[in-house]
Amino acid sequence: MSEAHIPTAGELGIIACHCCGQLCQHVHGDICCARCGARLHRRKPNSLARCWALLIAAMILYIPANVLPIMLTGSLFGKESNTILSGVAELWRAGSWDLAVIVFVASIMVPLLKFAALLVLLISVQRRKAWRTRGRAHLFRLVEGIGYWSMLDVFVVTLLVALVRFQLTQVDPGPGVVYFGLVVVLTMLASMSFDPRLIWDHAVTEDEKKSQEAEHDRA
Amino acid sequence: MDSAVHTLVICEHCDAVHRKHDLERGEVARCVRCQAVLYRRPWLSLDSMFALALAAAITFLIANIWPIVTLELNGHTSSATLWKAIITTWHDGIGVVSVLAALMLFFFPMMQVLLFAWVLGFLRVGRRPPGFIHIMRMLHAIRPWSMIEVFMLGTLVAVVKVGDIFEVVLQPGIWAFAALTVLLALVASFDVRRIWVLKRECCG
Repeated sequence: MSEAHIPTAGELGIIACHCCGQLCQHVHGDICCARCGARLHRRKPNSLARCWALLIAAMILYIPANVLPIMLTGSLFGKESNTILSGVAELWRAGSWDLAVIVFVASIMVPLLKFAALLVLLISVQRRKAWRTRGRAHLFRLVEGIGYWSMLDVFVVTLLVALVRFQLTQVDPGPGVVYFGLVVVLTMLASMSFDPRLIWDHAVTEDEKKSQEAEHDRA
Repeated sequence: MDSAVHTLVICEHCDAVHRKHDLERGEVARCVRCQAVLYRRPWLSLDSMFALALAAAITFLIANIWPIVTLELNGHTSSATLWKAIITTWHDGIGVVSVLAALMLFFFPMMQVLLFAWVLGFLRVGRRPPGFIHIMRMLHAIRPWSMIEVFMLGTLVAVVKVGDIFEVVLQPGIWAFAALTVLLALVASFDVRRIWVLKRECCG
C-alpha cells in the first residue's frame, strides 16, 4: 500500500455511538452507549438484507407511482388527469421550463439515480469489490443528501387539493401520489439502512490479500 | 481510555480513526480515507443558537396561522393553510399522504425547534435540561424527516401551475415559510454532538 495504514475503530476495539458520537470500548455482544443509552453496533445490523428489501419494495411501488395519475383536475372543460411525467410536460408547455426541470429532476431523476446507486453499492459490497472505494463513498453521501427532495410533487398535490376548491374547478388527488410518497419514504429508509463502512471493510481485506500474495510471491 | 474518548474521532462513513485538532474559522475536518466531514468548527455561540431556535419557533407559529396563498376566480376566493391542506387530503381519501405531510411539515419541524429551544434554554442558565437524553436521541432521529424546504419549493411549483387560471394573491404565510426555511436550515445545522459537549461543560 502506498498510503500509510489508517487505523480503524474495528482494529482498535472501539466503537462510536451513532447517536451522540461518544466513543466506547467494544466488547463482544450487545452493548449500549454509556452516555445516551443507544444500542451500539459495529456495523448497522442486517444492513444489506434490510436495504435490499426496502429498495425492492420501493422499485415495485415506483411503477404505480408513475403509471397512475397523481392529480385529477375537474373543470367546465371536463376532467383531466395528470401523472408525474405529464405534469412535468404541462409545466414545460406553460413556459415555466425552469420549474419543469426542477420537478423532473426531483421526481424522476432523483428516484432513478437512487435506485441505480443503491443497486451498485449493494452489488459491489456483496461481491466484495475493492473498486473505486472513495467514489462509491461519495455516491452514497450524494444519494443520502438529495433523496428527500423527491417529496416535492407530493407536497404540490397536497397544497393544490386544499387550494383549488371552486364550484366549477376542483383538484382531487390521484392514487399515484400515495405510491409516490411511499417510494420516497422507502428509498430514504433503504439508504439509511445501508452501512457505508461495508464499502471499506471489503476493500481492506482485498488490499491485505494482495499484499499477502505479493509477500508470498517474493518468498 | 478516558482521555482518548475526547481526543479521538471515528469516521461514521468508513470507520477510520482520527485524532481531533482545533480548527480555524471556516475550516472543516474531513476523513483522510473517504473524505466525509468529521466535524466543523462551531460558528454559533450557545446564545445565538438559542436565539435562532426562538426565532424559528415564532416564525413557525406565524407560518401556520396565516394562509399561504389565496386564489381568486370571478369574485370567488379560496385560500389554504398547511393544516387545511393536511385535513383536506385526509378527507379526500389519501390518508397516507396526509399523515406524511403532517409529520414531515408540521410535527417534526415543530419538535426540532421546540426541543432545541428547550435544551439550549436550560444550558444557557447552567442547568441540566430535564429529559436531556431522550430529547437528544429524538433530535437525532427526526432530523432527516423534517422537510420544510421541500414544501417551500412545492408551494412555488403549485403557484406557478395555477397561475394561468387564477389570480394568485400571496399571503403572509408564504413569507413566513420562506423565513422558516432559512431559520430551520440553521437550526438543523446545530451539531447534536456539540450540545453533548456543551452539556458536559456546563453541568457535567
